[in-house]
Amino acid sequence: MLSQKDAIFTNLYGRQEWRLPGAKKRGDWDRTQAAFAQGQEWVIQEIMASGLRGRGGAGFPTGRKWSFMAKDDGITPRYLIINADESEPGTCKDRDILRYEPHKLIEGALLAGFAIGAHTGYIYIRGEFYREAEHLEIAIREAYEAGLLGKNAASSGWDFDLYVHRGAGAYICGEETALLESLEGRKGMPRLKPPFPALVGLYGCPTIVNNVETIAVVPTILRRGASWFASLGTPNNTGTKIFCLSGHVNTPCNVEEVMGIPLKELIEKYGGGVRGGWDNLLAVIPGGSSVPLLPKDICEMVLMDFTSLANVKSGLGTAGVIVMDKSTDIVRAIARLSKFYMHESCGQCTPCREGTGWVWRMLVRLADGLGTIKDIDRLEEVTYQIEGHTICALGEAAAWPVQGLVRHFRPELERRLGVQ
Amino acid sequence: MKKSAPKKDRSASSSSIEDLKTFSFSKENEERVEEIIKRYPKGRQASAILPLFDLAQRQCGGWLPKSAIEKITERLGVSLIRGYEVATFYTMFNLNPVGRYHLQICGTTPCMLRGSEDLKRVCQRHLGIECKETTEDGLFTLSEVECIGACVNAPAIQINDDYYEDLTEESFLKLLKDLEAGLEVKPGSVLGRQGSAPLEKESPC
Repeated sequence: MLSQKDAIFTNLYGRQEWRLPGAKKRGDWDRTQAAFAQGQEWVIQEIMASGLRGRGGAGFPTGRKWSFMAKDDGITPRYLIINADESEPGTCKDRDILRYEPHKLIEGALLAGFAIGAHTGYIYIRGEFYREAEHLEIAIREAYEAGLLGKNAASSGWDFDLYVHRGAGAYICGEETALLESLEGRKGMPRLKPPFPALVGLYGCPTIVNNVETIAVVPTILRRGASWFASLGTPNNTGTKIFCLSGHVNTPCNVEEVMGIPLKELIEKYGGGVRGGWDNLLAVIPGGSSVPLLPKDICEMVLMDFTSLANVKSGLGTAGVIVMDKSTDIVRAIARLSKFYMHESCGQCTPCREGTGWVWRMLVRLADGLGTIKDIDRLEEVTYQIEGHTICALGEAAAWPVQGLVRHFRPELERRLGVQ
Repeated sequence: MKKSAPKKDRSASSSSIEDLKTFSFSKENEERVEEIIKRYPKGRQASAILPLFDLAQRQCGGWLPKSAIEKITERLGVSLIRGYEVATFYTMFNLNPVGRYHLQICGTTPCMLRGSEDLKRVCQRHLGIECKETTEDGLFTLSEVECIGACVNAPAIQINDDYYEDLTEESFLKLLKDLEAGLEVKPGSVLGRQGSAPLEKESPC
């Protein structure tokens, strides 16, 4: 359990002032120069030693990602992009950072920019977050006026400019290469990798793309030390994480907790328990819509970290916990997610463009009781035709929830066959 | 049942549809255009296409006419087809006029689990409109959108730039009636929750 003194996001709910004076009171922008004095290599080493893994869903070690950045040739510009295109169903953690802790993000951007040798950063925020973007713009203006951004930012000797770029409604732009396409003024269609953005990114220049939460924890890690961060959580899954509890819990909320907290504890303690009691639980999607659901018996024991959830064939993803009680029509709930992926597929790769529509239509048929026994196998087969056959991970994201449904709720699917 | 037209203040749309045949940015927005283009490196002004489309849509009262797409692509030196591609790819660009209040109900699973279907029914019953339809008085347009990222405050709806959260059939109906009556409505949680904090017990921060 997270003790109060270890919490990073002390204004998660916006009970205090989010502007610069309030942020400074909470410790933001305190001794920022100290990190610069230690040098770029030190910053990257600290982040590596802290064990910080990307908070956007994939969980790639942040320090390692930074170390992949192409060598500085002194001519080519380098960019830091902050991915604030939060659109994964079940996830609303970055929104709180953007509106109530913008200075943590801005300070983190300066430090990360320094670490990777970038003098320019863009925050790509989803277009729907208009009010959040307003806060961010104001906070950036405050930072410029206080000399914390721009030339010799925060008296560090490092020049750093930061801009907000609003998206316009496309889930796929949360995929890093689609985000770069969108930022360059095109449709958000993912690029083939390699080359990875760290070598060929924005405008063909070396670029690092990091999630909002990842960047926002960097200043605190550097201030309190890598060993402090690494002492929280479980091995390979260090630090704290913002969990989003949605669906059928009594008190839905966002909460910062240590990695590896038991799922049951998270739901009971912060979510006020499952609606109608724990025994009324049907299933939980533990990490945003892209990961397979877990039935109640697995939810009893599982820990909320990357390793534990991968061991039960699911994932931590964005830590968007969607709780479903026994009143849920589980087939329709997953079918709605399939509709989401159909809507959000960029249309570039045939298996995803066509497959997501197939999957949705078959699930609706099964939900309506019009399916046949063969449909269940065909449904699973189609998901395997999508998975691994697309440029980006939206294919997997569309396939996994359905595979999870078939894996854990096959009897329910069979019960509905030919009901009509 | 279509509602009779209440007193309308469509100040948001300074230009009539006729005017939109020849779109140009207002003087005030023209300054913003310059400022936006400057955010990107020289020769990379195509990056400004999303912010400029958004600016044009705001100026036109919530939709993006063809003439604006033409004008902006020309200004940024990108081909017209690329402008159309962008305008049709991103869901926030409305290529047809919308009502003064664009009701965007989040229908994705976390909101669905907490009753977004009920909210849609409220619109059907009270306003007499289905998704993608506008009331006769031009006050409301209804859309079902994908996850708007307010899942712990579900069900949530976006009306123009603001989110309204933790809605029920009753509170949503009241919200619609207040908008019809021209009353001021308060964005955020209708339950008075502070941000994403849990409702009842005192939380840690």
